This record gives sequence, structure tokens and C-alpha cells, in this order.
Amino acid sequence: MSAITLKNVTKRFGDVTVIPGIDLSIEDGEFVVFVGPSGCGKSTLLRLIAGLEDVSAGVIDIDGADVTGTAPAKRGLAMVFQSYALYPHMSVAGNIGFPLRMAGESKEAIDKKVRAAAATLNLTDYLHRKPRELSGGQRQRVAIGRAIVREPKGFLFDEPLSNLDAALRVNMRLELSELHAQLKTTMIYVTHDQVEAMTMADKIVVLNRGHIEQVGSPLTLYNKPDNLFVAGFIGSPKMNFLGPTYAKEHGAATVGVRPEHIKISKESGLIKGTAGVAEHLGSDTFVHVHVAPDQMITVRTSGDSVLRHGDTVWLTPDEDRLHRFDAQGKAIR
Amino acid sequence: MARAVSTRRKITFTVIAWVIGIAIFFPILWTILTSFKTEGEAIASPPSFLFFDWTLENYTTVQERSNYFLHFWNSVVISLGSTVLGLIIAIPAAWSMAFVPGKRTKDVLMWMLSTKMLPPVGVLIPIYLLFRDAGLLDTRTGLVVVLTLMNLPIIVWMLYTYFREIPGEILEAARMDGAGLREEIIYILTPMAVPGIASTLLLNVILAWNEAFWTLNLTAANAAPLTAFIASYSSPEGLFYAKLSAASTMAIAPILILGWFSQKQLVRGLTFGAVK
Ligand SMILES: Nc1ncnc2c1ncn2[C@@H]1O[C@H](COP(=O)(O)OP(=O)(O)O)[C@@H](O)[C@H]1O
Ligand SMILES: [Mg+2]
Repeated sequence: MSAITLKNVTKRFGDVTVIPGIDLSIEDGEFVVFVGPSGCGKSTLLRLIAGLEDVSAGVIDIDGADVTGTAPAKRGLAMVFQSYALYPHMSVAGNIGFPLRMAGESKEAIDKKVRAAAATLNLTDYLHRKPRELSGGQRQRVAIGRAIVREPKGFLFDEPLSNLDAALRVNMRLELSELHAQLKTTMIYVTHDQVEAMTMADKIVVLNRGHIEQVGSPLTLYNKPDNLFVAGFIGSPKMNFLGPTYAKEHGAATVGVRPEHIKISKESGLIKGTAGVAEHLGSDTFVHVHVAPDQMITVRTSGDSVLRHGDTVWLTPDEDRLHRFDAQGKAIR
Repeated sequence: MARAVSTRRKITFTVIAWVIGIAIFFPILWTILTSFKTEGEAIASPPSFLFFDWTLENYTTVQERSNYFLHFWNSVVISLGSTVLGLIIAIPAAWSMAFVPGKRTKDVLMWMLSTKMLPPVGVLIPIYLLFRDAGLLDTRTGLVVVLTLMNLPIIVWMLYTYFREIPGEILEAARMDGAGLREEIIYILTPMAVPGIASTLLLNVILAWNEAFWTLNLTAANAAPLTAFIASYSSPEGLFYAKLSAASTMAIAPILILGWFSQKQLVRGLTFGAVK
């Protein structure tokens, strides 16, 4: 049980304001993902919650208690770092057991809990090894083991999967979701990868230049983005933004439409274009259509599409699924 | 870095390395050889390399004439004392500069290094007078203090470089795992920095052992280390090469042995970071 609340949390490094003031509440047991482009302040925000950085202003509450000035060790949160940050001079068992040792638990208790954690993470055969003798995925597991072993109030993850190869990343993503389902502990997960955010989160917090663009469930962000930034950031392939003439017809400054909401035809339609590269995924095909010298629209079509590079095609956006934005980039609803 | 090197290149480089190695070691070898000759053979021309009457007479003369063990002990106290004192001061200094750097950290480091650019003789008179007034002339305490001060910039610089290699995230992980500052230093930082601290210690013991300027100028009889012991054989009684060589051999033997046994550690420490 641990709800985390941020009230006007602000961070400055010298004269540079990295986080101008964030209000956010995270419910007990939620899996929250902070997502945003590189350098937007995700790690800084996570480190403020961890206590590794001091806030310049504002208040952080955990379970209703003000922890703004509390040392990281006393906040009861565990963190998994991007670099894993394992202790190179300790064995796997030493690493996983370290938090328990710091908590002053007995040797037998530590041993038992380390074994249990190692068993869940498939590390039993490696307990005596040093971190440098492990693969990337195993190091990742050790870092997770070190975090879960003392049953913290909440977990903080800073891009934990970004050093793994693609296949392993998908695996670990599932394992982390599974872990959350088992432990039901609050987790805050930082990533720049919107796919990770979409697949894992209960709640996504989209950050941009240190402020929150939108908070919501993955599907809310996907179907009802509040602004242009969220619309362009969430979704893969990205939302298409149509020309100003088309936007004006629909009473907006910008109009966006997702690749799956455009019909593509070789006979007739609203917008004429030339088929470019087609990406065949088997289940779907993404066709990149050139509609103007500097404009490309991505369309999702069936897996058995037979469009060829250079074919003339016609596109028709689904009028009911348009996303309209005003001149300030705010969604018009 | 596996690289295919042709046998001919290998042979060439091996020969060059041996030639340079022997050229550098030759004076020391010659000193050791000379220490087993008689004074007559020592200055004979042409000199004989190995075929002379080996004798230990120089060693007995040297030990009769001066107390080797007193000087040896002085050297041990001074070099170890100044290094340990230096480490005690430098570890916290380097720690703070490596992990909580301020705006002026780089300047402080440069300034410390710049003090090594001043020729020591430039401050000899003020230090001599200070030592005289403080009653530190010809004392081991005095030499420990002055050698600590002389080597401190190097110790801080070396430790700073080693500590910089330790990723800050590991220390932060320890903090998240419930370690306070004390536990963080004892369980994480120190064990990780041990190779660096050890090679700093070794290098500074060697530097202090061989230091000849301050040890010669600030000591007379009581606190004189082995450097002064060697020097006493050079000028006053004319040139007695064989005895001078015997004294030199006795002076460098301990450090040579220390260096030999710790060479792995020393090389590993000095290349820490260069070869990850
Ligand atoms: N210790 C620091 N000192 C100065 N600027 C920093 C520091 N840490 C982060 N920043 C700046 O804050 C911004 C946000 O960084 P960060 O939180 O690491 O971004 P993200 O994790 O989203 O990629 C960046 O512009 C970065 O340069
Ligand atoms: Mg980051």
C-alpha cells in the first residue's frame, strides 16, 4: 500500500528549470509509466521521487506522509537503474541480499529470501557468480531481484530494458507485467519507448519539456489525445497529419488520422497519391503513400495487400475518426 | 584486441624492447656488480664484467662505518608514514571532488598540480627556517610532514581519477538499498576502489623512499633515511666506487623487492580505466 502524490514539484539545475512544477497522484498498486522524448525530465522526476535529487520546490507524499526531505534509504522505495548498477565486487547472492543486510536481517533470513527471489527469477544456478560473468538479461534479473527482495512500498524503474536486445526486451516486458500482477505493488516505470508504455501501463503520464502533456490509460491517450504532442507521440506508426486545406474544411487548424482509419483504394477516393514503401508484417501491411512532394501518409491495410511501389492509389480518411486540433495544438472535442 | 602480428615484427619488437630494457637497467646492474669488486677493480680500465674476485668486503665496511638499519628504519617510517598520512587526507578530498563536484573542483585540482611545478629549492629556505623554529629539523616527524605535503597533490589526483571510474549510479543504488553514508563508504566505495588505493600507496611509498632533496636537506644523523646514507659515501671521502655501490645496492634492495612483488598490482592500478 502506497499512494504517491506530487504537489507542484519543481526542479532547477542552476539557472535551468528542468521541471517547472508538476502535480500528479499515483494510486496504490498502479503501474504508472512516464513516457516522453529523451531529455524531457523523466529520469529527473523519478530521481526526485526516489530522493536521489532534492526538489527545488514542492512536496512529495508517500502514503500521506511528507517525504520531501527524507533520505532515499528511508523512503521505502526500490529502484532499478538503466545501467543495472550492480555491485561488481559482490556475488549475485551478495547483490540481492544487500538491501536485507542493510536492514539488519539475520543471515538465515537473508539466505532464505535470496533463494526465493533467485528461484522466481531463474537465477538459482548463478548465485555465486559475479555480475561481470552474467549476460545482460541475467544482470537485469539480478537488479530486479535486489529490488523485490525486501518488499518495498513501490518500485522505480528507469529505462530498465533499454540495454537489452529486442527479443529479450519483449520477454522482460511480459515478466515485469506478470511481476506487477503478482506483487500488486505500486510501480513507476520510465521509458522513452511508447510501445513499452502502451503495453505495460495502467496509467501513462506523457511528459514533454518537464511538464505533463496528458495523464490517462493507454487507450484514452490513443483514442482521445488532448493535444498534438500526445497525438504524435503515442501510436506506432505515428498519426498522420493532413494538409491545412483539409483541416479548414473540418473547422480545425490541424487534423490528424491514425493509419488504421484511412481506406486505401486503387480506383477512387479523396486524396490521390503514389504508393511508396510497403512494410509487410504478415498480419498487416503499412503502406507509405506520397500525397505531395513533402508529405507522406501511412496507411494500415490488410496483410495480403498487393500494392506495388509506384502504384497510383486513392486515400479516404474515416471522417468519424478524425482528431481535430486548434491553432494552439489543443484537441477540439 | 586480437591483432595478427607477423613473426618478423614480433621478433623486431621483442629485440627493441629487450635493448631498451637492458639499457635502462644497466646502471643498476653495474652498481650491483661494482659493489662486489675491490676498490681497485672498480676503477680498472677496461672494467671486467663478471670475471673478478667477488668479495663482500664492501658490505662489511659499509655496515661497520654507518648504521644501515637505522637508516633503513628511517626510510620505512618516512615513506610509509607520509603515504598513509597522505591517504588519510586525500581519500575524503578525492571522494568529495569525484562524487560531489562543485563549480571550482577543476580549478582546485589544477591548482594542486601547479604546486608541483614550483622547484622545491624555491621554498627550501622558508621551510628550513620553519622547521628550525618548530624543532623539526632532523626528526622523522618533520620529514613525514614535508613528504606528505610534497606528494599530496599526486595522491589526490590519482585517487580522484580512480574514484571517477566508479559509476555514481552504483552509489545511488546502495543509497536506495538502505545504506547510509557510512555503509556506502565501507561496503561499496572502498572495496571498489581498493586496486586504485593500493597502487597509489605503492607508487607513493616508492616516490617517498627515493626522495632525496628534502631528506638530504632537512636531516643530519638521527632521521636520515637511506638516501642520505648513500650520499654520505659520495663526496667527503673522495671516490670510493665500490663502497658507494654497496651502499646504493643496500638502499635500493628493499624497494626493488617490493616493486618486484607488487608489479602486477602496480601496473593494473596505473592502467585502470585505460583497459576496461
Ligand atoms: N545533474 C544535472 N545537472 C544539470 N542538468 C541536468 C542534470 N540532470 C539532468 N539534467 C538536465 O535535465 C534535463 C532532463 O534530463 P533527464 O531527466 O535525464 O531526461 P530524460 O530521462 O527524460 O531523458 C536534460 O536537459 C538534462 O540535461
Ligand atoms: Mg533518462
